[in-house]
Amino acid sequence: MKDWRYWLAEQRGTLLAFGIFIVMFVIYTSNHPAGFTANVVQTASNKGVLLAFVAMAQTLVVITAGIDLSVGMIFLLTNCLASWLVVGTPMQTTLGVIAVLAVGLLCGAINGAIVIYGRLQPIVATIATGAVYYGIGLLLRPFPGGSVNEDLADVLTGRVFGVVPASLVVLLAIVLVIWVPFSRSVLGRAAYAAGSSETAAYMSGVPIRRGKFAAYTLAGLLASIGGLFLTFFTYTGEAAYASGNSYTLFSIAAVVLGGVSLFGGKGSAIGAIFGALAFRTIGDLLFVFDFDPLWQPLFQGVILLVAVSLGAFALFRVRNRLEWFL
Amino acid sequence: MDGAAPLFRMEGISKRYGGVRALEKAELVVEAGSIHAILGENGAGKSTLIKVMAGVVAPDEGRMTLDGREATFASPGAANKAGIVCIFQELSLVPELSVADNIVISDPPKRFGMIDRKAQRRIAEEALARAGAADIHPLALVKDLPLSRRQMVEIAKALARKPRILILDEATSALTAADVSKIFAVLKRLRSEGLALLYISHRMNEIAELADQCTVFRNGRNVASYPAGSKSDNEVVELMIGREYSHIFPPKPAAVPATAAPRLEARKLSWADRLHDISLTVRAGEVVGLGGLDGQGQRELLLAFFGVLRGLSGQILIDGKPVSITSPSVARDEGIGMALIPEDRKTEGLMLPMTVRENLSFAALDRLSKAGIIDRAAEQRLIDDMVGLLAIKTAGLDIPVGALSGGNQQKVVIAKWLMRQPRIILLNDPTRGIDVGTKQELYQLMRKLADAGAAILFYSTDYDELIGCCDRVLVLYDGAVKRELVGAEITERALISSALNIHGEDSPVGLGVDA
Repeated sequence: MKDWRYWLAEQRGTLLAFGIFIVMFVIYTSNHPAGFTANVVQTASNKGVLLAFVAMAQTLVVITAGIDLSVGMIFLLTNCLASWLVVGTPMQTTLGVIAVLAVGLLCGAINGAIVIYGRLQPIVATIATGAVYYGIGLLLRPFPGGSVNEDLADVLTGRVFGVVPASLVVLLAIVLVIWVPFSRSVLGRAAYAAGSSETAAYMSGVPIRRGKFAAYTLAGLLASIGGLFLTFFTYTGEAAYASGNSYTLFSIAAVVLGGVSLFGGKGSAIGAIFGALAFRTIGDLLFVFDFDPLWQPLFQGVILLVAVSLGAFALFRVRNRLEWFL
Repeated sequence: MDGAAPLFRMEGISKRYGGVRALEKAELVVEAGSIHAILGENGAGKSTLIKVMAGVVAPDEGRMTLDGREATFASPGAANKAGIVCIFQELSLVPELSVADNIVISDPPKRFGMIDRKAQRRIAEEALARAGAADIHPLALVKDLPLSRRQMVEIAKALARKPRILILDEATSALTAADVSKIFAVLKRLRSEGLALLYISHRMNEIAELADQCTVFRNGRNVASYPAGSKSDNEVVELMIGREYSHIFPPKPAAVPATAAPRLEARKLSWADRLHDISLTVRAGEVVGLGGLDGQGQRELLLAFFGVLRGLSGQILIDGKPVSITSPSVARDEGIGMALIPEDRKTEGLMLPMTVRENLSFAALDRLSKAGIIDRAAEQRLIDDMVGLLAIKTAGLDIPVGALSGGNQQKVVIAKWLMRQPRIILLNDPTRGIDVGTKQELYQLMRKLADAGAAILFYSTDYDELIGCCDRVLVLYDGAVKRELVGAEITERALISSALNIHGEDSPVGLGVDA
């Protein structure tokens, strides 16, 4: 086989998610009253990147065969924090942004430490820490409110050169600065190896713990970037429990749509981004076709079910039935 | 050898797992530039020995020296750094990563802090070429490769780490003949480059071709060390035997007449590349053993009978009638009445957190219930019978089965199936990891069940058990029945020589061996 075919096989999940997204987005814009205009794209992008950041965060943890049920809450907590800190002079704003990102990093590091060194199951550990993060958010913002540096917010949610949505540019920059180096570093490979077969990785002398710790920590950072953007869009902070929970669950859906295996070791954050954008577009599609918004959860569920079923076909090829349960 | 410190030495190494001693004051000397073969039967301590060397397990006592200096390895990574690289029997490859990723996994080449993929590719291609496996594409995912190719990747990975001591644990077991000869050429070249190689294999012809020095292990001790070729196959087998008989077996009744109709019969069973044309019969009242080295298809054969494998070819007959067993629940049904005591009771036999009572009734629930409602009184009666019959020691029926000792857990697994009064009982190494007292009870029970009319097919890695319990033993090698031993023919010598696929009792060295 030629090199490119191996590359294609490896990227299949990502490409599939990309394809699903493009098809849905084309249907969406072609039926939109305004059509494919900078405005429509900007609005879609601003809605989509929030879930995209949270889904990237989820990807990092899922790759290690874990799951992070606190990403939505880190997203909320950092939103509440940003509505206090990201204000004032450019200098104060900068420090505020750094503080918010540092808190996200810390939340992720706490998750990682509990899972790796405390040897707790990720699902339990992150439900607990998620509740804690939400609790802190609630103390910070018992009622919706606060403000944000509007100049910065407008730049980051506006358009570059009048056409390209700035939020998309930031997303791309984050992919280049965080995801690409991580996935190509020794730690990233350790995270993949630990997710695929922890025993084999251990036997090969791979730094499993450091790899997993890096994955959880960066997940916290990515979720906090999402939280910042939420603040830029809404100009306020709000500890909205239901919203945090749905971000967590949608991030898992986006990751699965994006071809990331929940068993670990396989997939890419880029796939998850397209998964997130596609998932968001489902809602918009219903809008342009004048469906009652009440239909949205049902349709999202059906699309998700179809997408994950595609991945289950491999089970038909298993010859030893005991392998079904591995 | 004369005065100068050897490259590597182990002295007085002991290791216990619970009450089982895996190594008892073992000694080993490894010289540079030679191939050292380690021999011994199942459970002789070979695997533990190399796990100690490779930093996977820490010894309880004893010391190791490398270049005359004391060495301890806290992890496989530490042993690798010291130049000791092991190719394990259970492959240590990460399935979702590519071949190249795997080959460089312990120490990937870096550029600007990131993994240098071009350099990685180059290293991988070189290593694959050195291992004689240039046909494997470095970008292929390991999980997509067949077992024999994976083993070649494993060897390439070891070579890429530039070892000083290379340990091969059954590294050729899944290879094709062509690959084996390539690997042999590679190993001989490495020897001439001054590496020390430890070679663990059950294939006598491979050892005859490769080894300079041999060490035989038995019961966790090294019992003999000798230059290769200085002993005949028979003398080697003699050295490997010689364990004390520590178990008491029930007397065997007169053989079931060969004319009796078989209860269970297989005709030319084949599956994937693991089972080849296996034909056998088991009659009611008979205990038939499955012998041979670990992993020669015994487990797959039992799974095939029990309806777990798909794409099985050949025929299974029960009481002379062909049947199609498509799942374990078909296998256990009235018409067939089969039970399988699995190898791993923790995952395939029991639900550890559930109670003893629940575990016991699982397999028999359909018999104990009417219209979906469990008849609690009938359940209790049957459970009481079983607990009594098997003398299960438990503080109560409503405690989690995970709280029982290993031996009692195994009794629960067996009792669970006996509640259905099976006519055919398949046992997959049922005494592994349980205490001697319980073993004895199981031997008695097996005979009692056979006397009551059950047909029993019994796989064991313990030769004593096969000798003590079985009316007949089928020895498997490479997924095929190599030999059938009946009655007095079942001796340790016969079992070992046929397990190693040495024909006849007195074949001279190097003859009559085909792997």
